[in-house]
Amino acid sequence: MNRHFFADTAYLTGRSLRHITRSVDTIITTTIMPIAFMLLFVYVFGGAIKSGSHSYVNYLLPGILLITIASGISYTAFRLFLDLQSGIFERFQSMPIARSSVLWAHVLTSLVANLISLVVVVLVALLIGFRSGAGVLSWLAVVGILIVFTLALTWIAVIPGLTAKSVDGASAFSYPLIFLPLVSSAFVPTSTMPGPVRAFAEYQPVTSIVNTIRDLYTQQPVGTDIWIALAWCVAILVVAYTFAMVIYRGKIS
Amino acid sequence: MTVLSVDAPAIHVQGVTKSYKKVQALRGVDFAVATGSIFALLGSNGAGKTTVVRILSTLLHLDAGTASVNGFDVATQAADVRGCISLTGQFAAVDEILSGRENLVLIAHLRHLEDPGAIADALLDRFSLTEAGARRVSTYSGGMRRRLDIAMSLVGNPQVIFLDEPTTGLDPEARIEVWQAVKELAAHGTTVLLTTHYLDEAEQLADRIAILDEGRIIVNGTLAELKQLLPPAKVEYVEKQPTLEDVFLALVGREAKAGTDAEEPR
Repeated sequence: MNRHFFADTAYLTGRSLRHITRSVDTIITTTIMPIAFMLLFVYVFGGAIKSGSHSYVNYLLPGILLITIASGISYTAFRLFLDLQSGIFERFQSMPIARSSVLWAHVLTSLVANLISLVVVVLVALLIGFRSGAGVLSWLAVVGILIVFTLALTWIAVIPGLTAKSVDGASAFSYPLIFLPLVSSAFVPTSTMPGPVRAFAEYQPVTSIVNTIRDLYTQQPVGTDIWIALAWCVAILVVAYTFAMVIYRGKIS
Repeated sequence: MTVLSVDAPAIHVQGVTKSYKKVQALRGVDFAVATGSIFALLGSNGAGKTTVVRILSTLLHLDAGTASVNGFDVATQAADVRGCISLTGQFAAVDEILSGRENLVLIAHLRHLEDPGAIADALLDRFSLTEAGARRVSTYSGGMRRRLDIAMSLVGNPQVIFLDEPTTGLDPEARIEVWQAVKELAAHGTTVLLTTHYLDEAEQLADRIAILDEGRIIVNGTLAELKQLLPPAKVEYVEKQPTLEDVFLALVGREAKAGTDAEEPR
């Protein structure tokens, strides 16, 4: 590893974080859709949904948090794509820096931006009645899972960021990720779904992650869901990271 | 083809070939660039100029042959090559959201230099960007962006600079500004490899000119040597008419002056 890796990564992360602080609209637009979903489900559909929970906001929030991350990472792909298109990516690559810092800076920026968006969404949820009696450890576990999930999706986002031919292509990949929570236990219990849909819903990663987060802040025992959730996140992370690195190496050779 | 023998060329390229899938971009390119000189690689679009620059700046691997910069092999000592070069690509590679000064400070940090702020201020001054320095680059005109782009390439005084079509898409005034910047570079002892498809640009700037055509260097020499390749000029007397460029520059009244504030943002 290049001896400047950490200094270069830190400085380049500072650079792309400045992009976020100077265009706060990217944070707002990433949180608008999940917040709109939350309001829609709580105030429009919520009355008709029997979630088996006292408060539907409490039931709904984990899925909304995952949608927030899925919509946030499309900006990571977008920012990376712009760096490639503007030529500044090649400028960095032709300089005596640790080359992989360029990607890591985008990944860390994605993590920070998503955490800010998540805080915004949780604040709105508190305003409309979300309550939890969970302790510090449970919350740390929730944050940990969300971080691993963000990293996994961010490395997926790096792939279109590096390969897209247009701005639209760079960000369109996230749409299916945004809709994955809809076919999971995020909005309604999977037991209400017909057979094949239910099978898909129960065995896709979102359900185990949603169940884990929900159990953590409703102070229920998490059971094996947490390990399935982490296994999914780590598996996605490793596969996406490997693919992204192969594409990256191809770009810089 | 004439190859000038130089003691320790800053850039040495021998028998370099490169293919992309089906297209053979370079079919055996040889040339050398003397330290502190300006070398122009002239050719039409698709001749392979950018491929040469990308190989020399370690962004692309060559298929066969050898290329070295300051004695470092681009294939085996890429990190050393990156330590002594700077690339100014075809499009101004600047960060639009940062200010001009922040762009320069960023590059100074990434080159691990002392006092990035002072380096940035000195370069802003040298490229007449001091007043615009605090503004976001997205408000700059094309010429200002290009000047900032070149200023960013000079951070840390790299010994060798690659300029890939530095004036494509610029208006005549901005073009002359860039030319002056390039001449100053060579005056400071920097080796410049420049690609262009403007013949007058090569004529204005270069100590030596090589013409690249379909992936091969078909001629390489000084301007005088290249002129000798054609039959001696016939002497004719023609009334000297001002060119449109002369008229334009006389009317706008700013020859090669770094107009910063009067320029319209792009």
